[in-house]
Amino acid sequence: MAEFTLPKNSVLTEGKTFKAPEGAKNIRRFEVYRWDPDSGENPRIDNYELDMDHCGPMVLDAILKIKNEIDSTLTFRRSCREGVCGSCSMNINGKNTLACTKAIDSYPGAIKIFPLPHMQVVKDLVPDMTHFYAQYASIKPWIETQTPAPADSERLQSKEDRAKLDGLYECVMCACCSTSCPSYWWNSERYLGPAVLLQAYRWLADSRDENTGERLDELEDPFKLYRCHTIMNCTDTCPKGLNPALAIAETKKLMVQRKLG
Amino acid sequence: MDFRSPLAKVRGLGSAKSGTTHWWMQRVSAVALIILSFWLITFLHLSINAPYQQTVAWLASPLNTVCMVAWVLAVFYHAALGLQVVIEDYIAAEGIKIVAVWAVNLSFLLLALTALIAVFRTLLIG
Repeated sequence: MAEFTLPKNSVLTEGKTFKAPEGAKNIRRFEVYRWDPDSGENPRIDNYELDMDHCGPMVLDAILKIKNEIDSTLTFRRSCREGVCGSCSMNINGKNTLACTKAIDSYPGAIKIFPLPHMQVVKDLVPDMTHFYAQYASIKPWIETQTPAPADSERLQSKEDRAKLDGLYECVMCACCSTSCPSYWWNSERYLGPAVLLQAYRWLADSRDENTGERLDELEDPFKLYRCHTIMNCTDTCPKGLNPALAIAETKKLMVQRKLG
Repeated sequence: MDFRSPLAKVRGLGSAKSGTTHWWMQRVSAVALIILSFWLITFLHLSINAPYQQTVAWLASPLNTVCMVAWVLAVFYHAALGLQVVIEDYIAAEGIKIVAVWAVNLSFLLLALTALIAVFRTLLIG
């Protein structure tokens, strides 16, 4: 059955509070999910009070400040700090987003920071992405052709056909959308989820790819594709402003088109 | 220990190569029900204020009979398709899932039959 309550060892406890330094005038409170697999303890919420007069503007800046100046045990992923690597995806104040492109000022009051929902946690804010990446690999995210590549040029594509990839190629695979999707929470063993389905459609929509039929065959499944019930959390949460729900709808249209067309 | 690779777990038994008809018929029956339900509400509204014999006479007109039978078929078909999806969503245990889907489909088949027989008995016997 779908689980609606947390298992005992996942129930949150209150952790430590780190006060802001004396004399700080502009204080913001960050409530951060902490879990250490080696401690054997339940996860806890640690509270960090930061002096915002000495902190960068983004949520990632605050997390880095905590790591560098207050508590070096805090574990998280980050790399590019400009929204192109997709590493720092996490749940901030109840919504999945990239910490590096989300301004602290866009939230009022205390900021709650959790790992992506419904993923196995490796430590603190680091979820286990193994299954997600395997799902990505399973849709063969590369061009598949029978026609050999032209000897002296690249495979050509019209400007109109290239434009069909806009809104698809920008995806950074941060998994914000998939982990916001209730269907993915309940059935991620088999449902591919919005991020991977958007990538699958990116190759269905590519005029240079010659394997559209086989790709559709692979996707046509009550669980892989049709667990999408147009809940739209994916589109709502995407930090890159993309529309995975639309990509899934277009895929379903192709499925119907080849049956009825 | 499970030593299968993550990709082996994801690929599993492969694609069922079905699901489109289920999904599409859910949409088709939903659209049919929008139109048919307007008819049903009108029919029920009229018959609630009319004597029994008048209702039977209305139901006996070919258009009304067709609409009633179509509504019964569409509503139970749509319900069976929809509930199957709900069961697949929330029940992970393979055995219970299969039995539940069977139970739902058989129940709605029985309900549809019952409703159809009721319509024709009303028409024939009055």
